[in-house]
Amino acid sequence: MSITREQVAHIAHLARLKFDPTDPEEAEFYAHQLSRILALVEQMNRIDTDGVAPMSHPQESPLRLRDDRVTAENRREEYQQIAPSAEHGLYLVPRVIE
Amino acid sequence: MPAATALHQKSIAAHARSLRKGEYSCVELTRHFLARIESTAAAELNAFITVTADLALEQAHEADRRIKAATGNGNGGGDDSLLTGIPLVHKDLFCTRGVLTSCGSKILQNFISPYDATVVSRLKRCGAVMLAKSNMDEFAMGSSNETSYYGPARNPWDTATVPGGSSGGSAAAVAARLASVATGTDTGGSIRQPAALCGLTGIKPSYGRVSRHGMIAFASSLDQGGVLSRCAEDAAIVLHAISGFDPRDATSLQDEVPPYADPALLDAPIAGKTIGLPSEFFGDGVDDEVAARVEEAVAQLRALGAKTTPVELPLSAAGIPCYYVIAPAEASSNLARFDGVRYGHRAAEYDDLTDLYAKTRAEGFGAEVKRRIMIGAYVLSSGYYDAYYLKAQKLRRMIADDFARAFEKCDLIAGPTTPATAFALGEKNDDPVAMYLNDIFTNAVNLAGLPGMSIPAGFDRRGLPVGLHLIGRYLDEATLLNVAHRYQQETDWHLQTPPGWE
Repeated sequence: MSITREQVAHIAHLARLKFDPTDPEEAEFYAHQLSRILALVEQMNRIDTDGVAPMSHPQESPLRLRDDRVTAENRREEYQQIAPSAEHGLYLVPRVIE
Repeated sequence: MPAATALHQKSIAAHARSLRKGEYSCVELTRHFLARIESTAAAELNAFITVTADLALEQAHEADRRIKAATGNGNGGGDDSLLTGIPLVHKDLFCTRGVLTSCGSKILQNFISPYDATVVSRLKRCGAVMLAKSNMDEFAMGSSNETSYYGPARNPWDTATVPGGSSGGSAAAVAARLASVATGTDTGGSIRQPAALCGLTGIKPSYGRVSRHGMIAFASSLDQGGVLSRCAEDAAIVLHAISGFDPRDATSLQDEVPPYADPALLDAPIAGKTIGLPSEFFGDGVDDEVAARVEEAVAQLRALGAKTTPVELPLSAAGIPCYYVIAPAEASSNLARFDGVRYGHRAAEYDDLTDLYAKTRAEGFGAEVKRRIMIGAYVLSSGYYDAYYLKAQKLRRMIADDFARAFEKCDLIAGPTTPATAFALGEKNDDPVAMYLNDIFTNAVNLAGLPGMSIPAGFDRRGLPVGLHLIGRYLDEATLLNVAHRYQQETDWHLQTPPGWE
């Protein structure tokens, strides 16, 4: 199935990818390429998978449990040193609540 | 009498012996590799994103101290190991504390990791010396190393061709003997395909064998760390060092790791082993010369006493469509963490929080990464989930079951690693689908979580290497390494060095 420019714009928004407003062909470019990829992916439909249990992971055993105790050390200051903008132990982003 | 083997041509075990005899020091060995790395010819290969010369020399001095102080022979008893003083490179997807870890992306062009990946810390503990961080396709998404923000790496066998990907820099580095060995990661073929294209030995272990802690995630149910090396013995030594349980990875296996490099495993006769040959791996679409080399390699294994039997993997062609749903779906989720807030690139100007995310990501990711994120977001979106993602998961089960049935008749499976030898830079750049088909033989192995290996099996008429692909039962890396090692005792394809790099 092919994807329209409008659908690409919607997917890009879901994925938080902004198209270049100065490049009107960008959405068209991705619409074309994503359609090609989906055509490849749809070869799956040639195979009957009715009644097959989905496999999400090579290990199907339940996740390992561990003792409920603190093991990680607090390295907040070190981690925040590489942040684009941090102050008083907080990551700074544009205001979201007025 | 041949001249003494050049330092860059020696195996890890040979270095370990020489370093302990005092024939040369770890510092001398490291300087030797650094000099090769700093040559003009090496610069053309663009195999590295960061060269860590000062750190390497510091680690080499420490390795010399350890070897001097140790009473052991490198196999225990001392504070040293076979890998003490061995110069290696890490794919730039492994986090390295205090060193740029870019994952081939602009979005991480300023990311100095605050911690080491488990693979990195284990090799550090062994005393291995890190020379550099190697080039790679952006976020490991690619089969040619051309999606790297830092420019493509080139194949030392012919610099007009690609080294493969995504671990292309690691492959170019080891092929040109710029490092003794390299780490890599493999989500759909990213160790095995570049190993094949560069004439190397590459192993992707079973899912869960090597800790993923500190490996920047692409597709979490498929990613596995592994090794690109000159020979199976070197691969066995490094794989043993990096394998084993890690409480920091929820999918890390607690199973005991066999001593892969132990002669009892590595040198064991392969007579009586049964090799499955899937007709699907030898049909149309495989280059004639590749097919011929692989058949010669299989004949060699038969001469060593292995039996062969036909097996069926009827769904192997479905691996590609299945993979290109599952891997992008997991990638779209994993790459959501790159938001310009906690680390990495942030757009200079933005209107609000959503705009900050969207501009940062648009600027920071390249086209292939954007394609995969969008495909992933699409196949997971409401209304399409069942038709794509759920369908792919069902197919994944059928593909894994196919392998299980084949392994009822054989101990390992053999075929070509890639349908053709290295292609020209730029040849498949405009067509993502043509690029994806490069991994047709490799990615089903990741879907099933099995171990896979590529070993050199000769050359085509242009002098480009051909890889023999070996696939093992779950957790049976030892058989792959054993068969590869025995094959390499009888052949010298793995010892061939690209012209100019001898």
